[in-house]
Amino acid sequence: MSLLSVRDLNVKFAMRDETVTALNGISFDLAKGERLGIVGESGAGKSITGFALMNLLSRPGFIDSGEILFDGQDVVTMNNKQLREIRGNRIAMIFQDPMVTLNPVLTIGQQMVETLRAHRKVSHEEARQIAVVKLREVYIPSPEERLDQYPHELSGGMRQRIIIAIALLLDPQLIIADEPTTALDVTIQADIMELMLELCQSNQVGLILITHDLGVVSQMTERTLVMYAGRIIESGRTRSIINDPQHPYTQGLINALPQQTQPGERLRQIPGNMPTLAQIPSGCAFNPRCEFATDTCRSQIPKISQYGEVEVACHEVHRLQLETQLEDQEA
Amino acid sequence: MFAYLVKRVFQAIAVMFVISLIAFAIQGNLGDPLRELVGQSVSEEVRQQLREELGLNDPFLAQYLRFVSNALQGDLGTSYFFKEPALDVILKKLPATLELVLGATIIIIGLSVPLGVYTAIKPNTILSRGIMGLSIVGISVPVFLTAILMIFLFSVELGWLPSFGRGDIVPVWGYWETNFATADGWLHILMPSIALASIMLPLFVRLIRAEMMEVLQSEYVRYATAKGINPWRIYFVHALKNTLLPVITVGGVQIGTMVAYTILTETVFQWPGMGFMFLEAVNRVDTPLIVAYLIVVGGIFVVTNTIVDLIYGLVNPTVNLARMGA
Amino acid sequence: MSDLSQQQQLSRFAKIMDSNMMYSFRRNPVAVASFVVFIIIAICAFLAPVIAPYNPYDPAQIDLLNSEYPPAWVEGALPEFVLGTDDQGRDLWSTILYGTRLSIIIGICAVALQAFLGISIGLVAGYVGGRTDNLLMRLADIQLSFSTLMVAIIFLAVTQALFGSELFNRYAVFFLIAVIGVAEWPQYARTVRATVLAEKKKEYIDSARVLGFGPMRIMLRHILPNSLSPIFVISTVQVANAIISEASLSFLGLGMPPSQPSLGSLISSGFDYIYSGSWWITVIPGVVLVVLVLVINLLGDWVRDVLNPKLYKG
Repeated sequence: MSLLSVRDLNVKFAMRDETVTALNGISFDLAKGERLGIVGESGAGKSITGFALMNLLSRPGFIDSGEILFDGQDVVTMNNKQLREIRGNRIAMIFQDPMVTLNPVLTIGQQMVETLRAHRKVSHEEARQIAVVKLREVYIPSPEERLDQYPHELSGGMRQRIIIAIALLLDPQLIIADEPTTALDVTIQADIMELMLELCQSNQVGLILITHDLGVVSQMTERTLVMYAGRIIESGRTRSIINDPQHPYTQGLINALPQQTQPGERLRQIPGNMPTLAQIPSGCAFNPRCEFATDTCRSQIPKISQYGEVEVACHEVHRLQLETQLEDQEA
Repeated sequence: MFAYLVKRVFQAIAVMFVISLIAFAIQGNLGDPLRELVGQSVSEEVRQQLREELGLNDPFLAQYLRFVSNALQGDLGTSYFFKEPALDVILKKLPATLELVLGATIIIIGLSVPLGVYTAIKPNTILSRGIMGLSIVGISVPVFLTAILMIFLFSVELGWLPSFGRGDIVPVWGYWETNFATADGWLHILMPSIALASIMLPLFVRLIRAEMMEVLQSEYVRYATAKGINPWRIYFVHALKNTLLPVITVGGVQIGTMVAYTILTETVFQWPGMGFMFLEAVNRVDTPLIVAYLIVVGGIFVVTNTIVDLIYGLVNPTVNLARMGA
Repeated sequence: MSDLSQQQQLSRFAKIMDSNMMYSFRRNPVAVASFVVFIIIAICAFLAPVIAPYNPYDPAQIDLLNSEYPPAWVEGALPEFVLGTDDQGRDLWSTILYGTRLSIIIGICAVALQAFLGISIGLVAGYVGGRTDNLLMRLADIQLSFSTLMVAIIFLAVTQALFGSELFNRYAVFFLIAVIGVAEWPQYARTVRATVLAEKKKEYIDSARVLGFGPMRIMLRHILPNSLSPIFVISTVQVANAIISEASLSFLGLGMPPSQPSLGSLISSGFDYIYSGSWWITVIPGVVLVVLVLVINLLGDWVRDVLNPKLYKG
């Protein structure tokens, strides 16, 4: 049985005059200890997915329909007490910007101890000891001293390590990491990712990594979801998606990677921008930016279906495959 | 920490210097000390001699320095009306004013925090809307009018509460006589305290609510929720502690306003405090008393503002007191 | 380039005025009601010489024998005095109209003075920066820590003692405007300075500078328009505060004299008679004062909710 099973999740935002749909029919599964990447540009709904999984959407966002089965229980219908029991305990979350995630007026120790004591009957002293052990696991130097420091006394990288340590405090089954390194220096990003990979593997923790960086996804995850305008447009094994992307959008994302470009050549960006939630084009949301778009693309929303090794939502995927084959033959 | 204290003290001295200049200017220009001393029937020659003796013909700087050095020794002149040292007159009135401020402060702190927090976490309940509606009425009624309307209602119409004076007061220590020792004292201080609190309380409720609502939107509160922390702990530890920082700053500023409002409250309730005395002194052109009031009130401002700054530094870990001194 | 960005800024503001502001105004019955009440009070006050049946400034129309008549709905009233008469025999309705006019004029003029001083100082502090900025902001801090009312009370008390009450009373309006106007400038200066600092970093200011525009032009034509909405928000609340300050000072006998009463001095003169049962001299002008301040505060609340970008979340 899978650890997490999301079925037809719809999230909406109640705006002043209308209700806009932020997530549309999201479905996926996650096995125990599996690492899943969710990729897309900003505004695709990645972060909203992350928060929705913990039923942590803030107003005006709300889960309209669908189910999120975590270990067989539906997170959507849980009451606050049940949610509190799961949050931080069985599903932990790592936020985007470590500079604003920790409470500025509480010490690191207070913020770690309160998390432990919210879920486990341990004494204050025991909690501190567990905290020190976890800080050591994330390679924080002299952890005992850190406990009495305030967040502002620590660097961004150090803070994100502490947040990872807090995520590991209660040995959760799943960690949701929302762009955990975007706010950090490039030099530290790789360290943090490596640390997360190591800890997830050694502790058999499932990971949902939300990022816009396909490079990171290819190193960290086994499976990948590509999102566009609130829908999953491609999903499958990470290796298949990186090596043989099917959706024109995924292809565009991969072509835009600097590694795919010869030195001196221009970066190949996808033209245009992600539509805003209120103005999603009819048909396939990607059609205005897609060079292969047809009338069908402009009028009908493509369904996601198996194609080769991946699942993809594109009307023209067969034609695309033919064209690339032709190109290959010509070359 | 030490450097910070030194810096604060310097700032305090600078402010006191400005106040002393103003006070000195008032003393030099308001009223005629000779007339108060000897009356008008003295010949010009004697007057000149007296001026010389009193040092009124000395250069400005010498007069100012003498004024400061006297002030530092606690000599702020003798009240024309009471024929007593002005500082003594004020110190006798000080406890009445401080007790009034204390009563109002208890009301303000005791009510503003729970009301502010409640209206922030439950913004859409009828009770919250009612509190917010009342609060805007509260800040729209001037203190003196609250006081008058309370007297009209509770003293004149209903006859429940006394409308003026301090009632039964019990000596505690030195000049200090307290209202809080007898039932009559409590009855007398009730309305003045409420009146004094009446404009500040809604202000603080609104401030705490606004700050709290903003903090509740913050990333670290969301993170605390994601950690499965109990909502009460989130409200009162995570959020309230951050909310209090700006509230303390504003509170420091409001202390000044509160002292000003004591003048209004004391006037309406004929409360025998410093403010009431000050207005009487103004009407009698009792210059030494006016000057002494100015200096004592200036001192109260400076001391309380310094204390508020220190408390802020203690509550807020990101303010490094040692570094702020640099 | 610079004109372009400025136009964009202006048109954005105009857009807010057009759509968002009008939209929320129409949907907010409290704001609409407050606005209507304020307009009615203001029109009545400014048409006082036309509407008022008596002229409270004209000694020939005042008869001491008419003093302390109650309002028309109370027993013992004279029908010609709708709201009764005050202790000097003036028609309360007329006196309130004139007094309200005076209160509104003092409030608005004082706020205009505050805004002028505060905006100038804020622009200079933010634009020049460095030591000037430091000094001006330190001054603002100190000024703020001594409450307006305290400064005003001391200033007016000393002035009154210095000039004698006759001379003081003649120029009381100007003293009040000056002291309330001077005491509250930091409110504006801080806000304007903050906007200047934020705007100064933006490119269009650089390009304006490169184009050779002088600092005056850059400050007034390019930076100032960006601080209009916070200035507008502050001003509403400040008018309410200024009216309260004026009333408080007049109540203490440090403002308008009883011969030219504002709402505050009217309440003050009535206070002495409250024990003898002539409540209306105090209560009726008190109610007018509260309603006036309340509607301005309610409008201020609404304006802040609409214009404050801080509340624009979600």
